[in-house]
Amino acid sequence: MTEQTPPIEEITRPPYIADAAGRRPVVIVDDLHVKYRVFASGKAIKRRGRSLFQNSGRGIRVVHALKGVSFTAYENESIGVIGANGSGKSTMMRAITGLTPPESGAVYAASRPNLLGVGAALIPDLSGERNIVLGGLALGLSRKEVEELRDPIVEFAELQEFIDLPMRTYSSGMQARLKFAIATIKHHEILIVDEALSVGDRRFRKRSEDRIREIRDNAGTVFLVSHSMTSIRDTCSRTIWLNKGELMMDGPTDEVVSAYEESRSGGGVVR
Amino acid sequence: MSLADLAAEHGLHRVGARPPFWQYLKQAWGRREFVWAMSRYRMRADLEGNRLGIIWLVLQPMINALIYGVIFYFLVGERGRGADYPAHVVIGVFLFQFFSKSLSQGAKSITGNQALVQSLAFPRVTLPVGEVIEQFLSLMPSMALLAVVLPLMGHLPSVEWLLMVPLLVLFTLFNTGVALIAARLTVHVRDLTQLLPFISRILFYTSGVLFNVNGVLAGNPTLLRLYDFHPLYQVLEMARAALMGGHTYDPMYWVYFSAWAVVTFVVGLLFFWVAEERYGRD
Repeated sequence: MTEQTPPIEEITRPPYIADAAGRRPVVIVDDLHVKYRVFASGKAIKRRGRSLFQNSGRGIRVVHALKGVSFTAYENESIGVIGANGSGKSTMMRAITGLTPPESGAVYAASRPNLLGVGAALIPDLSGERNIVLGGLALGLSRKEVEELRDPIVEFAELQEFIDLPMRTYSSGMQARLKFAIATIKHHEILIVDEALSVGDRRFRKRSEDRIREIRDNAGTVFLVSHSMTSIRDTCSRTIWLNKGELMMDGPTDEVVSAYEESRSGGGVVR
Repeated sequence: MSLADLAAEHGLHRVGARPPFWQYLKQAWGRREFVWAMSRYRMRADLEGNRLGIIWLVLQPMINALIYGVIFYFLVGERGRGADYPAHVVIGVFLFQFFSKSLSQGAKSITGNQALVQSLAFPRVTLPVGEVIEQFLSLMPSMALLAVVLPLMGHLPSVEWLLMVPLLVLFTLFNTGVALIAARLTVHVRDLTQLLPFISRILFYTSGVLFNVNGVLAGNPTLLRLYDFHPLYQVLEMARAALMGGHTYDPMYWVYFSAWAVVTFVVGLLFFWVAEERYGRD
């Protein structure tokens, strides 16, 4: 693992302890349950919250998004996460980053896992240039680091001519490129990539895939959430298959992906 | 061996666990550049959408003061106007706006930034604090305007004007505490955003923004005594005394309001920090 001063909010890295197989666990998911409580009308309310309508039973639905998932990820693993829409993939990833609190169970990690993404911190009315600063700072870089990384970001996003224009004037492809370029600038020890590979046009997609590979080589552990079995096979040694919030299978990519594809075609659904 | 034991053995920590208070503050301090950039950029982005841009920061409170001033000039009558009614209203409206905006924007700082809260990990306290800083920056042009308008009304600059500096520091602390409390409460009960405009308006009409409390309540000493402990009233009175000269007030207000500011700020921080783990939830 590359030595780098971790951002201040990262948990101090524990001393290196290897298990019997010589591998150190970096993420442990222990019987993880996540529930959402949602108004049937679609408006989310707080769980356990003393909401005004808590006990009136007015069309509140409980969605049990994850039902007791457990696994252990070791360092330098690339783990694919697959499953149909609504199987809980994104919920699990958000719970691993600590952004969605679990109903019960827990996630333990050696350092804070990061989602690859910075879009929400940016302001469309600002120029690309200012958004680079804002996005970099939001990721936890210092002002100085952001200034140093500015040119590489602009270059990678191929926005040299437009960088002083407001971001809202960019095409959606240009915006996606800028967001991707900012988000991937930071070194991550544990990284979660949620279908980010399909960014921009064909040429940029190729470059972004290379970039992801590069990041993956530098990062300790990577989770890749994707519907593309090709990119899962290409990048992941191990794969976790989620189905309706439960862990169906966890093992070598070839086996799991084959079983998954079989179940899909057996069920009459061919992707 | 359970997974939790395995985690403990390898020194893994629970993700998303709320850090101890001091560490939390340290982490938040480490994000100061982010907060600063966010507040400045947001303010700029809000303004750049308008043709007149930054001029609106001055124009808007000015028009506000004008409308309220004219209407209440006739409503409150001779007794309620006090010494110099225009200056009284201008100072009151400008400063109260800092409070009311901090309250309303602070309340929305978590619920209105849901996407950001769910995609990046950082101490959430930075969001309400950033909103208050943004409001503080917006206050600066109207303070500059005051410095121009007051001499025109016959209140020449004096050394006492410098008292505005410590006063604004205390006022900012107070508003930050209020914003933090409002931010967490809104996360628990969203409906609060519907209620806050009314609370804000009630405070606007009862804090002596538009009338001279001493004149209006001359016949009611109990209520008048209560006003001595009204934090917003204290701020406005101290600001008027500093800027207008000849306006008297109880010097104990400095002690009272310092206590209000520090207590509100600390309580706000603690109250907000306790629920840190909940802010990511849908």
